[in-house]
Amino acid sequence: MSSQLDLRNTARVGLLAGVITLGVSAVGMLESFDKRDLIIGLLTLGQLLLFSAPFAAGFLVTRGEDKVDTGEAVVGGAVAGALTAVPLIALILLTLAAPNIRNSLVNVSPELISLLSLGASEIVGSLLLLVGMAVLGVAGAMFHVLPDAIRKPLISGLGWMLGFAILSEVSLNILRPILGRGLMRALFGTKGITPLLAAIIFVVAIGLTIWWSKGGQQRYEDRKAAMSEEQRKQSRRISIGVGIVSLLILPIILGTYLTEVVDNVGLFILMGLGLNIVVGFAGLLDLGYVAFFAIGAYVMGILTSQGDLGIAGMSFWLALPIAVGAAVLAGVTLGIPVLRMRGDYLAIVTLGFGEIIRVLATSDLLKPYIGGAQGILQIGKPTIFGFEMVKPIHFYYLILAGVGLAVFVASRLRDARLGRQWMALREDEDVAEAMGIHLVSTKLLAFGIGAAFSGLAGAIFSARLSSIFPHSFNLLISINVLSLIIVGGIGSLPGVVVGALVLVGLPELLREFAEYRMLLYGALLIAMMIARPEGLWPSPITKREFHAAEEEEALGGVQ
Amino acid sequence: MSQRFKDIDYIGVVLWLFRTAIVVVVLWGTISKLFLEQGNAYTTIDWIDFLIAGLSQGSLYALIALGYTLVYGVLFMINFAHGEFFMSGTMTATIFVALPLSSSGFLDANPILGMLIIIIVAMLVSVGVALLTERVAYRPLRRAPRLVPLITAIGASFFWQYFFRGLYGSTLIPFPELQVLVGKWTVFGIEILKTRAVVMVASVIMLIGLYIFIMRTKTGTAIRAVAEDKDIAALMGIDVDRTISITFATGAAMAGAAGILYGMVFRQVHFFMGFVPGIKAFTAAVLGGIGSIPGAALGGLFLGLIEAVGPPLFLEGLGIPGAHQLKDVIAFTMLVLVLIFRPQGIVGERLAEKKA
Amino acid sequence: MALLEATNVTKRFGGLTAVNDFTFTVEKGAIDSIIGPNGAGKTTFFNCITGFYQFEEGDIVFNGNSVSGRSTDQITRMGISRTYQNIRLFSQMTTIENILVGMEPQLHTSWIGALFRLPSTVKEESDALDEARRLLEFVGLKGKGDEISRNLSYGDQRRLEIARAMAAKPKLLLLDEPTAGMNPRETAETTEFIRRLRDELGITILLIEHDMRVVMGISEHITVLDYGAKIAEGGPSAIQNNPKVIEAYLGRGAAASATIELEN
Repeated sequence: MSSQLDLRNTARVGLLAGVITLGVSAVGMLESFDKRDLIIGLLTLGQLLLFSAPFAAGFLVTRGEDKVDTGEAVVGGAVAGALTAVPLIALILLTLAAPNIRNSLVNVSPELISLLSLGASEIVGSLLLLVGMAVLGVAGAMFHVLPDAIRKPLISGLGWMLGFAILSEVSLNILRPILGRGLMRALFGTKGITPLLAAIIFVVAIGLTIWWSKGGQQRYEDRKAAMSEEQRKQSRRISIGVGIVSLLILPIILGTYLTEVVDNVGLFILMGLGLNIVVGFAGLLDLGYVAFFAIGAYVMGILTSQGDLGIAGMSFWLALPIAVGAAVLAGVTLGIPVLRMRGDYLAIVTLGFGEIIRVLATSDLLKPYIGGAQGILQIGKPTIFGFEMVKPIHFYYLILAGVGLAVFVASRLRDARLGRQWMALREDEDVAEAMGIHLVSTKLLAFGIGAAFSGLAGAIFSARLSSIFPHSFNLLISINVLSLIIVGGIGSLPGVVVGALVLVGLPELLREFAEYRMLLYGALLIAMMIARPEGLWPSPITKREFHAAEEEEALGGVQ
Repeated sequence: MSQRFKDIDYIGVVLWLFRTAIVVVVLWGTISKLFLEQGNAYTTIDWIDFLIAGLSQGSLYALIALGYTLVYGVLFMINFAHGEFFMSGTMTATIFVALPLSSSGFLDANPILGMLIIIIVAMLVSVGVALLTERVAYRPLRRAPRLVPLITAIGASFFWQYFFRGLYGSTLIPFPELQVLVGKWTVFGIEILKTRAVVMVASVIMLIGLYIFIMRTKTGTAIRAVAEDKDIAALMGIDVDRTISITFATGAAMAGAAGILYGMVFRQVHFFMGFVPGIKAFTAAVLGGIGSIPGAALGGLFLGLIEAVGPPLFLEGLGIPGAHQLKDVIAFTMLVLVLIFRPQGIVGERLAEKKA
Repeated sequence: MALLEATNVTKRFGGLTAVNDFTFTVEKGAIDSIIGPNGAGKTTFFNCITGFYQFEEGDIVFNGNSVSGRSTDQITRMGISRTYQNIRLFSQMTTIENILVGMEPQLHTSWIGALFRLPSTVKEESDALDEARRLLEFVGLKGKGDEISRNLSYGDQRRLEIARAMAAKPKLLLLDEPTAGMNPRETAETTEFIRRLRDELGITILLIEHDMRVVMGISEHITVLDYGAKIAEGGPSAIQNNPKVIEAYLGRGAAASATIELEN
């Protein structure tokens, strides 16, 4: 209990925010994010990142106290904000003292320094930064002091505006065919949105939030409560229908570029659903998962390629079951030796398997068959009734079908006997076996089915790109897939989709992210395990004692 | 299916076949290389070179493996990020100390003092990174299920890799060459590259030093006590958290020193340099029996030897083109084989007794 | 014929002999107990019966078949179920899911059936669910079926573990300290419950227990282990007056509590 601000805590939070920002600056993230406009002429992504640090510091130091005194909040916020600036100022001064530092720290560029010193000279800039960050710290702290009626609309206004600006590419691509060129130019830049659009979104979001809290919410809930059981079922059916239809017309709305992004996300969802069975359901941590993706891709490549390495010239549809079958076979074969292994040892051995397969793929040993580093070229495209699938939109439907199948299989199995066996295995292997569960078949089914989805993803991947190279199948893919199921919520099917959208979709839209992807994944894995191990969208508890009938029905639809 | 067929230990049979197949392949390759091959064979000198290269590489693995073994001993956790401790110290010391010292001529004027400074800086940075990782990513999860810290360790590994990539760039950075270590020494009529000899001698000294530290000092005793039983150790007045930090620091210091030796041999450092040696050192630790310090040393040497001798011996004997490319395959296959057939390692005792 | 017959069973861990030349029988329909000081080898013997440990010498025959060399799942399918000294539920699964896993030996449908919702699979699953609900009610956990088992109270967890063991429809149920950590009221309830298991469902019961009130209250036949070897057996009153037993307990410095408990 301290109504007095804890000075040590304030200093710690402020300095920590500063050190993190220093790290973000030194690895070059800040500068490359600065190239991305959010609101043209006003705010870049880099600036947002830089300025949110003192704001967050100010916010955090005053959090957790029941009643925040305005004076204390101002002082605490100012101190925390100013301390956030200190490590950055140290960096600015370091470049003054040692101008050659860039030879060692490659990303400490003059552009970064000018960004940090807010465009002014180093000394003046440092002072400006100090003052500016102190002010932002106060602003962060004041958030607790503001009454709810102001704070909520403000948060939603800022949130919508920034969110929209960050994802401007999505709306840009969707709206371009609809709106005229003049209107587009008034609202969007090449990157980011114009101040006009920002202001519109800000005002609309504030307006809607006020309306919602002033009675909209009440009315919505009243109407929902007034619905009969029949109506409720119907509205549910309608929303499922709307969901399916919008999934079907999605690529038409999105346009070619975004559809390609979605295709990529879809392949990761497919792999994620497979790995989720192995890791999420059965609790077998598999780090060599990319191997099955590679096997699916290579089998598809060899069987359908028109190039030198093609052996059969098969059609996509004929080769697909063979590719998936090969992945399953590999999954089961690699599964057998690790059956008696647990937890961390299993993880390392599967990692070893993945690396063995990668090294073999690039080696001279297999070069005559799979092309070594030159890969396989001229892989066949799928055709339907003589129609060749070449564009992203065509592959969208293929991938959607694959994901649909995977979701269907995974959800059916999860809710059946096998799903329970997997879960029991995950919880306590010894007791599971003592309950009469046959460990060998249960584990091998998990490995096999998981590998099947990965092989399917690999086969589609290979047809989509027309050529494959061994470097596409490195450990990073396994880590990628593992990260997305952990961030989404381990064992949760919607979690896989959310995870893939966040971890694969977002970096594709914000290409500035791409270079820092693995850095952020690493930090995310740690943060999730410590703060939210159940993930963004945890799997719900299946109700079995009650509501059993309702559940049966829900499963009939899309889940 | 009748009960009788169900009762057959199919997995045991498959594993037996697997093991036999590997032995047959290795033997066949070896025999055909040594006795059947005409021409193009290696001379005795070549084989000795392979052996020495293997021992020197193996002693590096041994130094890195210590970190895995020590941490596994106290926390039963595979510190996946250990390879990054190795990388971080090495890169930092190379960029901020070795290169400036070399270009100013100090390094060639005072090679011993210069190398000592470089090694100490590398050790300090590695220790710093290790302590930070332990504090932020591992300590909050002490009581979590075993897979959770492994996942954070994987996260930490990638975080550090790409953090240092952002910091120092993704290019290869040359490690300065020491004039005194150019060339070969002749020992008992055998020519040894000077760098390799130095690596071996330095590794042995450090291994012995560490062994004494663990066995003879008070801190070492505390580490062993915590490895035995954390709760009892705490009751005996040992600060468990502090001891675990010291364990991480010790392992990281060894890794940092190993990194500089690695730089001397391979003459270049880069952000990805920790990954493969890390996994191989883990293999070495498991080979020797994870948790055992002499085991880590033995395992490291053994792995280095088999990696150096394996490709020219049995892989070439099998007529595999580009056998040296498959060096890593041998190491990873060793890892898989050991974990399947002898998880307790060469000298270790089985840690995971089935308990009910 | 005895349901369970152990002859000269010996189990060693390195130099330590945990179970020493132990011969033992349980008759069909009995409620029998094994008692003994801590570390006497009681749980080790349970682990030998259920296949967690392979014993070095002797044989254990259940219902005419030897359990030696069989894995734990095979032994469970033969009709032996157990609970654990330190509760080992599937802690992230719901109560009813725990029971459904316990039913494994009775379930036969494959995952293919689940994928296509074949009528046989759907029927088996819904029958299993009904049976699980019945078991829930039988052990007094009705209404708690959808709770994550970790969140159940201690007593409920013990009850759930017994329900899970019963779900396998065992002929022999091994209970490892079923009342450990319970208050007197819960203990009395559990004792009554164990008796009902035998009387209503006809399950033979073998328990390890420290609470002498429970042991003396429900056992028909008691075997006393010390240092892995049998030192006495017989009915409750015979055991209470057996000087060897009293010595085994007294000799361990458990004097006061043991005598009081034994005299109860």
